[in-house]
Amino acid sequence: MHIVVVGLSHHTAPVEVRERLAFAPTAMEKPLHQMLALPAIAEALIVSTCNRVELYAASKEPDTAVATLRRFLADYHGVPLEEIEQNLYDYQGEEAIRHLFRVSSSLDSMIIGEPQILGQIKTAYGYAVEFRTAGLILNRFLHKAFSVAKRVRTETGIASSAVSVSFAAVELARKIFDRLDDKGVMIIGAGEMCELAARHFVSNGVTRVLVTNRTFERAEKLAAEFQGRAVPFEQFTDHLASVDIVLTSTGAPTFILGHRQMEEILRRRKNRPMFLIDIAVPRDVDPKVNNLDNVYLYDVDDLQGVVQANLKERQKEAHRAEAIVNEEIGQFHVWLANLEVKPTIVALRRRFEEITAQEVAKTFGNHKDLTDAQRKGIEAMANAIVNKLLHRPIALLKRTQNETGGEDYVDTVRELFDLPAPAVDETPLEPLDDDTDNR
Amino acid sequence: MTFDVLLFKATLLVYSVATLLYLVGVITRREQLGHCAKWTLVGGFATHCIALGARWAATGFPPAASLYEALSFFSWALVGTYLLFDLRYRIAALGAFVCPLALVMMIGGSAASKQKITVNPILDSWWFPVHVTLAFLGYAVFAVAAMAGVMYLLQERRVKAKKFSGLFFRLPPLDVLDSINYKCLSFGFPLMTMGIISGAIWANSAWGGYWRWEPKETGALVTWFLYAALLHGRLTVGWRGRRAAIFAIIGFVCLLFTFLGVNLLSGGQHTFRSFGE
Repeated sequence: MHIVVVGLSHHTAPVEVRERLAFAPTAMEKPLHQMLALPAIAEALIVSTCNRVELYAASKEPDTAVATLRRFLADYHGVPLEEIEQNLYDYQGEEAIRHLFRVSSSLDSMIIGEPQILGQIKTAYGYAVEFRTAGLILNRFLHKAFSVAKRVRTETGIASSAVSVSFAAVELARKIFDRLDDKGVMIIGAGEMCELAARHFVSNGVTRVLVTNRTFERAEKLAAEFQGRAVPFEQFTDHLASVDIVLTSTGAPTFILGHRQMEEILRRRKNRPMFLIDIAVPRDVDPKVNNLDNVYLYDVDDLQGVVQANLKERQKEAHRAEAIVNEEIGQFHVWLANLEVKPTIVALRRRFEEITAQEVAKTFGNHKDLTDAQRKGIEAMANAIVNKLLHRPIALLKRTQNETGGEDYVDTVRELFDLPAPAVDETPLEPLDDDTDNR
Repeated sequence: MTFDVLLFKATLLVYSVATLLYLVGVITRREQLGHCAKWTLVGGFATHCIALGARWAATGFPPAASLYEALSFFSWALVGTYLLFDLRYRIAALGAFVCPLALVMMIGGSAASKQKITVNPILDSWWFPVHVTLAFLGYAVFAVAAMAGVMYLLQERRVKAKKFSGLFFRLPPLDVLDSINYKCLSFGFPLMTMGIISGAIWANSAWGGYWRWEPKETGALVTWFLYAALLHGRLTVGWRGRRAAIFAIIGFVCLLFTFLGVNLLSGGQHTFRSFGE
């Protein structure tokens, strides 16, 4: 059995194409059942997100399956196949395994390391389970993909750094302050970005929030949201010494916070460090403030720089993640091959034993004068011949099961001895843990 | 090779492994490696304790009389101090800075003569171990402060200049490093003070004079004033961060000079040579 995938993603298709081929999450039953009914498709799974549409299947004839799925994707949405042909990719066997492992580990995402994709694949798998289109192979395949994703997330720093400007501010604060829960934040002005950053700070433990605005009512409104306190704009510098983090985004045409003022404020707070985030354009804080000891001033461009650096860092971590993926592909491949080899060996033995039993019975029927000892001897001889004959083929099957081309031997043996299709037993799977955080 | 020297060599080897693990762990950012490094270091420290005990038993004097012994003792105190800090702070990156320093001292010690020294009977009193233990613990705590200071300066420059690469991701938050500076100062300063006082008492019982203004004593006093100034600045006007880090580094350089430089450059009662006279 092989795994195949046909699909398109943000790497290969613009959003106009992706939206035409997307599957509605509320109506997955119909496409899943139609897909399962296709020739050469044994199990089916559809992943459809805003960045990718992918059809996964288990199939005995991977080439046919790929062609069928391409056609199905186009036909289902009523789009001519020729139009989307250049946007589609397909993988089989090991490459298909690698693809899902990379996708679920967020190595194939637009923003590498973003955590949503794993949740989306879990949802897609949920539909396949609900509508019974996933069987033994896809079950095991998806569980493996989840565990690979988990390994990648815990063993590499791929998702550890912030890639949004507002979250980058929190992350930077963590490089200055050990704990945030005893720190105070002041929001000056009421820009959307400021509010978002403040929200991040609060959800990361900051409890003391001061808000100031030229219109005091707005300050009060925002302060209420954070259970903070509003202070009059005219006196905000008096309160600055009591906070550690300042978020500013006023529409003021000139600096509202100068070098001299900051010097004075630092003296009042005995040089305890301060982190100023100036999101306003034009800027609210004199850039010279950054030259003071124990003050760290960041503007929008600086935060953007953090995001860029983090993205680069994620790229580096991605290399380590790829190594983990490679390792796991091997393991899954062995399992998949085993799935074929073990029942084949059992069936092969059974076939030979059946023939032996028949022939021995026939011999005993023809020669009624045999003594018990002679009968035993004949039985033993027949069994020994079968064992000797089977020894090498079975050894070969076992030896080549993890090698490429190993499945050819399995197919040959099945054909040579006309073995029945394997009735594989369902091995119990570990329960699906739902621990995707949506940071 | 005597038993104690054999143990010293073993310690040196284990410290090398721990240093390597710390460095690789911090560079590749693998927490498990930092963990391995710590337990390796704990093993090395245990070996080191036995080595020092064996040396004491073999010579009959506290193992701080020769340069070799003093360096080994210094490194022992440094590793011990670091491990104590680790209980509170758990910063593998600090290990990656402190452990190499301890290793350098061990290597320095292994290059020095390992001959046993018979201490002048005049100097053989209980003040000897008290003085050297206090002094070396003080040295060790200040060494940790200096390493935290180096880390602070490296990280501060990155945060200020908005350079986010390499070390930036590997070093702890600035205020953790600054609080290490403060902790070290508040432990190291009393240790050093008591070290100087016990030394004076010892000197008085040996030679009948508390203070002789010999180079090492003067050096220690200068260093003491430096740390006193830093402590005062911290407590009253809020010297912290960069300034405190620079002070800690300068203070440690003074210490090293007092400890080694005076020995190598000039005479006086504190040179190891003079112990045997």
